[in-house]
This record gives sequence, C-alpha cells and structure tokens, in this order.
Amino acid sequence: MSVARAGRFGDGSEGSVSPSGGAARIADAFANHGKLAALMPYVMAGFPTLEESARIGQACVRAGADVIELGVPYSDPLADGPVIHEAGTRALAAGSSIGGVLEVARAISADVPVVLMCYANMVFAPGVESFLDRLARSGASGLIVPDLPYGEAPEVLGACEQRGLALVPLVAPTTTDQRLAAIGAQARGFLYTVSVVGTTGERRALGERFAEVVRRAKSSTDVPVALGFGIGTPEQAAEAAAAGADGVIVGTRLVREAAEAERPAEAVGAVVEALAAGLSPAR
Amino acid sequence: MSGAETEADPVEHRFGSYGGQYVPETLMPALAELEQAWLEARQDPGFRAELETLLRDFAGRPTALYRARRLSERLGRTVYLKREDLNHTGSHKLNNALGQALLAKRMGKQRIIAETGAGQHGVATATVCALLGLECVIYMGVEDTRRQRPNVQRMELLGASVRPVDAGARTLKEATSAAIRDWVTNVEGTHYVIGSVVGPAPYPALVRDLQRVIGDEARAELLDREGRLPSRVIACVGGGSNALGIFAAFLGDEEVELVGVEAGGDGIDTPRHGAPLTVGGRAGILHGARSAVMQDEEGQIVEAHSISAGLDYPGTGPQHAALRDSGRARYVAVTDSDALAAFREITRLEGIIPALETAHALAWVLAQPDGGIDLVCLSGRGDKDLAEVLGKEQP
Ligand SMILES: Cc1ncc(COP(=O)(O)O)c(C=O)c1O
Repeated sequence: MSVARAGRFGDGSEGSVSPSGGAARIADAFANHGKLAALMPYVMAGFPTLEESARIGQACVRAGADVIELGVPYSDPLADGPVIHEAGTRALAAGSSIGGVLEVARAISADVPVVLMCYANMVFAPGVESFLDRLARSGASGLIVPDLPYGEAPEVLGACEQRGLALVPLVAPTTTDQRLAAIGAQARGFLYTVSVVGTTGERRALGERFAEVVRRAKSSTDVPVALGFGIGTPEQAAEAAAAGADGVIVGTRLVREAAEAERPAEAVGAVVEALAAGLSPAR
Repeated sequence: MSGAETEADPVEHRFGSYGGQYVPETLMPALAELEQAWLEARQDPGFRAELETLLRDFAGRPTALYRARRLSERLGRTVYLKREDLNHTGSHKLNNALGQALLAKRMGKQRIIAETGAGQHGVATATVCALLGLECVIYMGVEDTRRQRPNVQRMELLGASVRPVDAGARTLKEATSAAIRDWVTNVEGTHYVIGSVVGPAPYPALVRDLQRVIGDEARAELLDREGRLPSRVIACVGGGSNALGIFAAFLGDEEVELVGVEAGGDGIDTPRHGAPLTVGGRAGILHGARSAVMQDEEGQIVEAHSISAGLDYPGTGPQHAALRDSGRARYVAVTDSDALAAFREITRLEGIIPALETAHALAWVLAQPDGGIDLVCLSGRGDKDLAEVLGKEQP
C-alpha cells in the first residue's frame, strides 16, 4: 500500500485494462471480514483534496474497512443531504476531476474492493462504455448510480457485466414488493438498502426500523444486503448487523469528520476504528 | 385539458431519446402513483368539471387574445398576444398549479412543495394552496429572492413558507434540487408541484397537458377571428411550459412555424447564457430527465445566466429537445440587453408591462423584418421586475 504517492493525482496514468471480476472480489470481502457485518465507509474523493481523500481511504482500510464506497463529486447530487453536498461542492472548487477520482480509486483498490458512487450524468456524458473502461482500468470493482433506477439501468448494467464490474442497485423503504423482486434479481455485488426515506445524513434512533427493511431486502436477492443512509454510530452499526444486514455503510458521519478535523485521515480512521469495534463479534 | 385524452393515450415517458426517470429509487413509487392519478383524473368528469370551473371563475379563463394594435402597425404585419398576464396571479403558471393541486388533493396529500425562479410559479402554487387549504413550502434561490422580492412577499402573505436556497448560483437550478431533496425526504405525505415541463416522467407530459389550454384557446379564437391559422407561434423557453402549452395545439398544423426563444444572457458565444436548445451539443441528465443541458466535458452541470430569473436555468423540457431534433420547432436566443429594450418598448407601445421572461419572445418578434400573422404567448406581467429593470437602467 502506498500512502504517499509520488505522482500527481489526475495526471491520467490510470494503468492498463485488467479483468477485474468485481463481483467476485466484493463477494470475497463479504465472506471474509470476520465481523458481525462488513464495514463499508463512504469517502468523498477529492475532499478536502485528492491526496488527502486517498489518505482517508487508506486510513479506513487500516481501521478495518472491508469495502470502500468512493463518492464522485457532482454539481447536483439529488440523493445527498447538506454535508455530502457541501463536500462535493468544495471538492469541485478545489479542482477535482474524474481522472483524479479514479487515481484515488486505484490507490485504495490495491487493498480492498472499491465501489464508485457516481451520479448518472457523469456516467453518460463521456459515453457509458468509455466511462466504464476507465473505471475498470482504475481497479474499481463496482458502481452505484443513485439516480439510475431499475427501469433506466439496462444499458449500464449490460456494459458493466461485459467489464466485470458490479452494478449495485439501491432499494428504499418505499420500494414496492414487485419492484424489490425485480431489483433484487439483477443486483450485483450487493444490494444497497436505504434504511430511511430521505437523503444521506446522520439521524438519531432508527434502529427499530432496520429489521423490517433488511428482512424485505434479503427476501428479494441472493447477494449480500448492505444497509446505509443515516448510520453514524457504533451502536447503530451493531443494530444494523443485529437486524441481519451483511454490510453497514457509513457516509455522512465520516465526511463530517473529514470536514471538521485538523488531520482528516487520522480523525476519520479513529471513527472507523470505533465503528469496527461496534461490529466486533467479541464485544 | 384538451378533452381529447382517452384511456388508450399513455402518459409519455420518452420523447425520442429524451425524458425518462433518473431519480433516486425512493421517489419511484410516488411517480407511479402520480401517473396513475393523472390517468384516472383526466378521465373523471368530476375532476374535469372542477378544474374547468376553477379555471373560469378563479383564474379568469379564457384569457384575452389581443391584436396588438401599435405593435402590428410598427411591424407592418399582424401580431396577436395571448394574454396570460391577465390570468389570475399574473402568469400562465396558475394553469398548472391548479391542476396539480387538485391532483394532490385527490391523492390525499396535504403538503405541497414547489421550486420557483421568477416567483410566479411559487405565487401560483401558494395561491392554490390557500384556495384548497393545503400546507405550502416554496424553494427559491437566494439570488432570486433578491431580484423578485415582490413575489416573496406575495407568497408569504398567501401563507406559504419560502425557503431560501443558498447553494451554487442560488437560482432556479438549486431551488429545484432543494425541492427534489425535500420530496425524497417527505415523499409519503407530500406532492411536488413542479413548475415547468421538466423533471422525471410523468411531469413533462402532465404539465404540458395542463398548460395546453393556452394553445387550445388561442387556436380556436384566432381561427374564429381571422379564418386562418397563425404563420408563427412564438414563446419564451425557460423550462418550456408556456411554450409547450401554446405549441401543443399547433403541433399537427405543419404550416405553422413554432419558435422557442431562450435566454441569450451575455450572448451565446459566451458561457453566460441559458440557451441549451439553441447552443446544442451533447444531451445530459438534469432533475430526472435527459434533455438539452448546459454541462462540461465530464458531465458537471454548469451555471446558467439570464437577467430573467424564470429563464435562468441550464436545462429544458425533454419534449422541446425532441421538437428541435425533428425540426418541428426551432429555438433561438435573445440577449439580456435586447430583452430589456423590448421590455421598455412594448410597455410604451401597447400599455402592457411584460415579464422579463416574456420580453425575450417579444424582442425576437420585434427583430423580424417580415412574416404573416404572429401569435405570441404573453406569458406573464412584469410588475415583479420593475426594481430589477429600473435598477439596471441607472447610469
Ligand atoms: C412569466 C413567465 N414566463 C415564462 C417563464 C418560464 O417558464 P416556462 O418556460 O416553463 O414557461 C416564467 C418562469 O418563471 C415566467 O414567470
């Protein structure tokens, strides 16, 4: 693992094409984490800078992350609450570009599978095939597109399959049973299960709703179910695992830490360590 | 409503390659529910009668079709103005707000949210919420709360809560994003009254259907008075609802030219404009639909610029993109300064103060040397713009 990279991020040296078998790599991470559930931190690429975001990702890995969800800064992130929105805006103002984001993906994916969280327009703008070729070259294992619901997904899904990338769909508490079955059947990597009706953000005491949300998701699919949105404390992480989630995604809590701390990587690492402890079977 | 819909008419999700539903999964059931409600409501004589009664008695429809005397004389041809400025609340926006609020009631939703740029859609929505006793929250960019101050005061008087949006360029794009995020969070009891023919399906078709009353009235009355169709139909295009509302009635009349006028801002050879249809380029996804969008190489949406808050938007309705590609309509752009000049000129010529948005369409008409009968959608009145215009004209 190379924490301090010599090359500049975004210089275009993204490496050569390799069949990444992303879904298999993600499945491995879910099978071998040794915790109550896989720990899946969200890192906003380019925030506060590209270099620092790579360090944050690597700190997460050292602290026990099993999969990293890497956010791509976007001008109009409709599924995100104010903290992640603001971080993306600042990353863009600092000059973040997709080339730089993929360098961060490359740095982290040496150690754990990386799944890119990227809004639809950025996938379509350069052309789906060309975008996914670059993504595959970066070593990333999969892709989450929060504004690409089931009905709009076929083109991206097909192109992901050709490249060994897992297209991870989302389901929400509002998703009907019929949609849930269809989405669960075409899920690859894992099923991103949104725990609440709302955008990303920290929330208090929703543990009691987890069980039903997770149960529905699990009944719809063969891939692991990861619970996200609103989970920020070790207690909530443990509650998610107790509710049966195979993975726990923590986003806003970590982005807030990166925004507030003087030494973001160290600070985020410490929070992830506490979350990992919350998921420790020995606890 | 045109009166022509039947069970067999689906609500379009796509217009050629444009449109679609690019939204978070959380909203998908609400979009399906809205589509179903609209399919049923437009067939329901009770719903139609209630909407028609309100359009007549509350909004004051049909609006006048005015043969612009001095303008026609000046141009040496006949120009008709479809007077949406005389619609209650001062613009075409009420037609859509009324229909959608009735639909919300039908769906049992007690809370209404909306975005607004010029404030006209916000005022229309706040008005129907007062009328129907619904809770109302309006999102408006901070820059627009400044330049359209009178409309903020109107909305608050009407009982709406106006939430200033302090992100990005603090204009219509950000207000729309904020409204969508509110909807994602509160979708279970809330209806989002989108203000133009934009957004995920079924909105572009729904808003067009609710606005086509403009074109249906104008076409029938013009035929009655002139015994012929207009040569051209001209309207300004922000999201594109007044334009599509008037175009819709003429789509089958191949001999009628349809012209949409976008915001040219500082000029379309600069980055500071709001004319994605005119400029062309790669299509993109904004606010749930694929359409003409101002964006950079990587797909980041770029900020629009226009002196008129209602046209200051980097996207546009998907059906307009399809009409452009097919050649059925054409799109042009008018700069801030030409729109300002037209604003003054029409005011003095006709005794009608148009909205700055509408002034773009009028500027294009003023600049055309010839033509037959021009029908212009006078989408709204300009009282809201006085401070902005007079401020710009200080030496
Ligand atoms: C008077 C008037 N005309 C036009 C517009 C632009 O909207 P649309 O293109 O949807 O008609 C607005 C929007 O605020 C408006 O207030």
